[in-house]
Amino acid sequence: MTPAKAPTPLADGTPALTIEGVEHSFGSTRALEDVAFAIHPGEFAVLLGLNGAGKTTLFSLITRLYHSRSGSIRIGGFDIRKRPSQALAQIGVVFQQPAIDLDLSVSQNLRYHASLHGMSRRVTEERMEAELNRLEMLDRADDKVRQLSGGGRRRIEIARALMHRPQMLLLDEPTVGLDVNVRQAMIDHVRGLCQGEDIAVLWATHLIDEIRDGDRVIVLHEGRVLAFGSVGEVTLSAEATTITEAFTNLTGKGET
Amino acid sequence: MTAAHYLRCLRGIVVREALRFLHQRGRFIAALVRPLVWLFIFAAGFRSILGVSIIPPYETYVLYEVYITPGLIAMIQLFNGMQSSLSMVYDREMGSMKTLLVSPLPRWYLLICKLLAGVAVSILQVYTFLIIALFWDIDTPPVGYISILPALVLSGLMLGALGMFLSSAIKQLENFAGVMNFVIFPMFFASSALYPLWRIKESSLILHKICAFNPFTHAVELIRFALYGQINTFSFMYVLAFLTLFLGIAIYGYDPSRGFTARKGGPAG
Repeated sequence: MTPAKAPTPLADGTPALTIEGVEHSFGSTRALEDVAFAIHPGEFAVLLGLNGAGKTTLFSLITRLYHSRSGSIRIGGFDIRKRPSQALAQIGVVFQQPAIDLDLSVSQNLRYHASLHGMSRRVTEERMEAELNRLEMLDRADDKVRQLSGGGRRRIEIARALMHRPQMLLLDEPTVGLDVNVRQAMIDHVRGLCQGEDIAVLWATHLIDEIRDGDRVIVLHEGRVLAFGSVGEVTLSAEATTITEAFTNLTGKGET
Repeated sequence: MTAAHYLRCLRGIVVREALRFLHQRGRFIAALVRPLVWLFIFAAGFRSILGVSIIPPYETYVLYEVYITPGLIAMIQLFNGMQSSLSMVYDREMGSMKTLLVSPLPRWYLLICKLLAGVAVSILQVYTFLIIALFWDIDTPPVGYISILPALVLSGLMLGALGMFLSSAIKQLENFAGVMNFVIFPMFFASSALYPLWRIKESSLILHKICAFNPFTHAVELIRFALYGQINTFSFMYVLAFLTLFLGIAIYGYDPSRGFTARKGGPAG
């Protein structure tokens, strides 16, 4: 298995991410209870939940920062517990908190990430050029990350997450702290990736207006999945007319 | 995963650590000033008070400055190991630890890479210190500059692993002062860095036992002998044993299924 090669499309219909019966507790506090859903290649799935709903905990389990004790998490068919290396090679992650070396240049950050995936120098340079080009940031490759705006840093983190050509992109509230225009540009960019590259995307947010028709929606509330399906299905199941209304009906709370 | 993947990963981690170190010029200067203050001021003052008799590996009477040089070298590595551990705690809070840990390579390997990167930085500091010490008439046999290298790798790994184990076990190392008080000072003073063990034995048997048990003492002795082209087999084995112990606990601590991370509280959000 080489993490550096292009993703092979899961032609057999294997979901990019399968979560079944996942639970997690911190001490006596239940953070997640019987969480289950699946995302297929090319799907843009919004993990919708208020702060404290368990989104970050779920991300930590999928990325193996926490060990999942019960249930199963499979990435492209690889169980995260049994074959962590193969599973992790297939995901790109953008964490909630920016996790990028501010004093290093954009290219140094990207090269560091590529080395963590064992990518060769030649492949690294090729991918770096391609990813930065796509973001129209190639001319900033030698700039220190500190010199970039908040939106610029986030875009670099997305470019970094894509360096090793993952089949699945995980983003934990990536638009927090960005202004409206930058936020929109970023969502459009990731949606473009999802369609153009057939990448599965799991996008965690508490902002309902980031959902578009055609997305998959997972409503997570107090550690439980209250609804899962297309925008229409979730709306219908909550006996609502809009997804906003559906969220309010399901959780008993409005958008924060 | 092939060997090439592993090597590229190691290179990437070492390069990052070196780049970060070069950007923190203050840290480099502080790392040098600390042992130099001991060498130039403390040792000069104590020279006349503390006589050091002829003990291996020395073949003649040596000046106090010469005696404490290996101790100061080990001190550089001790500080560096603790500093890396603090930066790991910082990294964990800032999230860059996560970028490391989601790498598909096995976690034990990532931690060892991280350790080696820290050791490389500490060796850079040690050689700079030795060059400055040369002008202070700390004569080291030429072979010593080469034979010290493997000793530095081993002692650096052991002290780095200690820091890593502390960073995995303690969720928030409040600040450097805490580490200074509870780790660095006790380890440094209760060792053979500043005074030979036989001198301590004359004052207190218990203290002597503590010093002889202290792994830092054996890091110092390993370096001391290596600086004269000799190997202190007992210290070598001792440091190796503690390296294995600390590294084992650190890897356990960072293992998502068993370690301390799983049991500690969840994310803030």
